Amino acid sequence: MDHEVKIRADKINFYYGKTQALKNIAIDIYSNKVTAFIGPSGCGKSTFIRLLNRMNDLIPGARVEGRILMDGKDINHAKMDVVDLRRRVGMVFQKPNPFPKTIYENMAYGLIINGIKDKSFIEQRVINSLKKAALFDDVKDRLHDSALMLSGGQQQRLCIARCLVVEPEVILFDEPCASLDPISTRKIEELILELKHDYTIVIVTHNMQQAARVSDHTAFMYLGELIEYDETEKIFTVPKEKMTEEYLSGKFG
Amino acid sequence: MHAENANRNLSFMGKTMGFKKGLRSNDITQTIGFTLLFVSILFTLFFLGSIIYFIAVQGISVISWEFLTEVPRKAMTKGGVAPAIVGTFYLTIGAIGFALPLGLACAIYLCEYSPKSIMVNIIRLSINNLAGVPSIVFGLFGLAVFVKVFGFGVSILSGSLTLGIMALPGIISASQEALLAVPQSYKEASLALGATHWQTIKKVVLPTALPGILTGVILNLGRVAGETAPILFTAATFYTRGFPDSIFSEVMALPYHIYALMTEGTRPEVQAGIAYGCALILLCLVLTISALAIILRQKQRRTYGS
Repeated sequence: MDHEVKIRADKINFYYGKTQALKNIAIDIYSNKVTAFIGPSGCGKSTFIRLLNRMNDLIPGARVEGRILMDGKDINHAKMDVVDLRRRVGMVFQKPNPFPKTIYENMAYGLIINGIKDKSFIEQRVINSLKKAALFDDVKDRLHDSALMLSGGQQQRLCIARCLVVEPEVILFDEPCASLDPISTRKIEELILELKHDYTIVIVTHNMQQAARVSDHTAFMYLGELIEYDETEKIFTVPKEKMTEEYLSGKFG
Repeated sequence: MHAENANRNLSFMGKTMGFKKGLRSNDITQTIGFTLLFVSILFTLFFLGSIIYFIAVQGISVISWEFLTEVPRKAMTKGGVAPAIVGTFYLTIGAIGFALPLGLACAIYLCEYSPKSIMVNIIRLSINNLAGVPSIVFGLFGLAVFVKVFGFGVSILSGSLTLGIMALPGIISASQEALLAVPQSYKEASLALGATHWQTIKKVVLPTALPGILTGVILNLGRVAGETAPILFTAATFYTRGFPDSIFSEVMALPYHIYALMTEGTRPEVQAGIAYGCALILLCLVLTISALAIILRQKQRRTYGS
């Protein structure tokens, strides 16, 4: 796997209070690739990707050990600006979570909070991002309607578009299709394949076929441990670990 | 084979019938319960309706343009009650103007910033207890602190501050509830886009919580406008020649004016009618303010389609 490393996690241990949720995770995530995390519920995959934009900071009593390097810099270092980190590492959540504002306001939000005031610049960015997320044609006539009027799939694509506006380098997808129908799911998957040309993508999914369809590398986690990590094709055809094979063939999970 | 099927059908029917029997007695319980609940609503509506009806019938005869716009004359048996209307308006606006920003700030701190500690729990408990303090105690407190110690005298300022402090716990707890009801997913979305905690509060949490906060304000506005005890020693006076000219003037206020008309003066038979007129105006004033806030809230809700 001779690709450029975007994020390197080194011996990560993570605790919710006294409960250890992640054990000794070491993984390299590569630039402009899609990396999928699979594994049964509660195995720590969501917890892990929430470390990458320090979303777990919000949880009282959470504690992380080990280092996560992004472009070689420790993201948990005291000098790391967490606000800037989160702008560079966008996130799309399990349930579509547009703000209860208009579509346009949702899109412009990321720019406005970053102090951008130039209206025509904002408009251009908003339109470009909506186009990138393949949503522009759906919403171009109702940009000033509430985002909550959109369908679930459209809301999720809006969340992706909203995240693109601030031009992140990495996008984290936390089970982005968990609440979507198959057609919306397919659209999101196509979008992810499109986006990987410009962004580094990390996706958590319950759906093994989804991992197989969209990802270049797959990590299989179980009970807080990283069991196996390799190119997706190898994981799905010739897994090295017996546990991976059993999980993929539906023997447990 | 047939017999077996028939048997199964029979036993199935038996079960259904037993189930139906249970259902019927449940049905009766449910009907009784439902009726009782409905009757309670009727009772409440009846009292509300009769208050409004009674006040309106008794008070409508004295209401005139003159009554609404002029100052009282001839020991309050003639003229109008305009200074009292204006006074109540000032006191209410002053109280909310003081209590809303302060209460909201407290609520934001308690919900968003305060660490989870025993100290904070004690603060929460104290705020809730403040809501149970009798209003006359607030009145005495206002007299001691605002009128005397701060030297504001008997004035709109003292009265507004006293009423404001009385409204604080209600506004804080309503705001807290509204803030806590904002889905965590909105906050996460905002933070994940690189917003600071404060930006998230200002641009996402507060606008989402606004309808709930407004509801709290509406409820407290009505209470503040109608309170007599807190302004008894701090703001209200029996009679002024004209309208207040600064926040340090003492004022007439509708609730206190009603009280004065019913307990003092020399012509109770005329004064009682005027008192009902004042009560009607007070009722309308509170309803108008509430209606405005409700419209504002609905508009907000419609815009964001929650």
